[in-house]
Amino acid sequence: MAIIEVRDLDFFYGKFQALKKINLDIERNRITALIGPSGCGKTTFLRTLDRMADLIDGVSVTGRILIDGRDIYAPGTDLLALRKKVGMVFQRPNPFPLSVYDNVVYGLRVHGLRDPRALEARLIRSLEAVHLWDELKSRLDENALRLSGEQQQRLCIARLLAVEPEILLMDEPCSALDLAATAAIEDLMAELKKRYTIVIVTHNMQQAARVSDVTGYFLLGELVEIGETRRVFTAPRDPRTEDYITGRFG
Amino acid sequence: MAGPKKAGAGNRLERNDRLIRLALLVVAFSAVSVLLVITVFIVGQGTPIMFRYGFKSFLAGSDWYPSEKLFGLWPMIVGSLFVTAGALAIGVPFGLSCAIVLTEFASKRVRGLIKPVIELLAGIPSVVYGFMGVVILVPFIRRTFGGPGLSVLAASIILGVMILPTVISISVDALQAVPPSYREGSIALGATRWQTVKMVLFPAARSGIIASIILGMGRAVGETMATIMIAGNAAEIPRSLLAPVRTLTSNVALEMGYATGEHREALFATGVVLFVIIMVLNTIANATSAKRRKAP
Repeated sequence: MAIIEVRDLDFFYGKFQALKKINLDIERNRITALIGPSGCGKTTFLRTLDRMADLIDGVSVTGRILIDGRDIYAPGTDLLALRKKVGMVFQRPNPFPLSVYDNVVYGLRVHGLRDPRALEARLIRSLEAVHLWDELKSRLDENALRLSGEQQQRLCIARLLAVEPEILLMDEPCSALDLAATAAIEDLMAELKKRYTIVIVTHNMQQAARVSDVTGYFLLGELVEIGETRRVFTAPRDPRTEDYITGRFG
Repeated sequence: MAGPKKAGAGNRLERNDRLIRLALLVVAFSAVSVLLVITVFIVGQGTPIMFRYGFKSFLAGSDWYPSEKLFGLWPMIVGSLFVTAGALAIGVPFGLSCAIVLTEFASKRVRGLIKPVIELLAGIPSVVYGFMGVVILVPFIRRTFGGPGLSVLAASIILGVMILPTVISISVDALQAVPPSYREGSIALGATRWQTVKMVLFPAARSGIIASIILGMGRAVGETMATIMIAGNAAEIPRSLLAPVRTLTSNVALEMGYATGEHREALFATGVVLFVIIMVLNTIANATSAKRRKAP
């Protein structure tokens, strides 16, 4: 059953319509990749899923997004709980300028967990899940900004996993990383998919083809096509999708 | 024929350029040399008497009776410390709260209203602050708490207001310099705005905020006119918040007009002490903000 259902979603920045009548279902424990040229609404769409998009002044949203059957745009929605459940990994790794320890337990503290032993247990589990524990267990007091780019991005993922989300939104998580680091993060995503639902925005079609189960193609604010990744890449139904994936433009 | 002519024009331009550079250099150095002259002059005039009477009796002596050759600066040092601490106790919480509101919570319209007002606050001459203190604050303190009204408390409150623009504008800069990605990362984890401020932005902007406090401190230590008008100026160690107090700056300003001989030298010595305090504060402020720039 779909964990995220999007129905007739329109999104405006002032008068500019960034998303046009988006309809899609996202299945649990799968990786859904959103591809398309820049400025076509992929990131905006991603940010509507944890209500980060409407933090900006002057935006308006119509339509519905149901997560686990509940409309997250309904009045009275608990945004803090929503963002705990739907985590975001950003384009550039953005660890806080705090120690590794403080970074990973940040979300837990924010949500009221104080017991040091419980924090420690979650810390270890989260760092192990992103394969950083062995590297960092003796460096927990070090400032996270001193880590390498890949380590920082892993740390940001660990920071999310610590609060036990269900959905991970990833906004071009590898765009600031080199090839080896990208491959490592992609491997990590394949592992994480067993426990989480992942939605990834990527510029990189090869990446979408490598990691995702489902691919959606955004163009000028429209979701042109969405389907099983292999099918979209081998037999696109919409000529615009075909143009894009065959490299005719974009 | 065309070649040498062109080169000639180039040479002239180059010569002009060198001249302008030289002129600018002279101007720049004259600003520096003013500082040098002040330093040399104050130290030259103020230190001999300190050696003559001994540093200890000068700095730690608690009697200031210039006519009887008693030059103890301790009451004024304590006075400056009290008044400065009081100003910080009032100015820092208000200033930081204001900075946080301006950067994190206020809508554009509110910000557009508050910011110019704060900048205006910085432009008000200190005699006006002193005047407000004398006609409003001092009588109020006298009526409500007793005592002469001219007091540590009055001076602290007025100086607390006077350092607000410094504290606010520098900590606003520090908070605005925090990359937006930290804010986003925190909000995306389900943190509230306030949690974000407290747990991420403050640590990230810490050195800038400390610099704002230290510069505010420098302003409070150095303020003279308002202090003279509202602090009461008794050259004795204040026994309470309601007692009158004299600061180092007041000491110089009050007596320089008629002082001669050793009395005059003692006032220069007061200036030396003040100078050292301000230098130390500025050095600390520079060091903390330098550390911020160097941080990754």
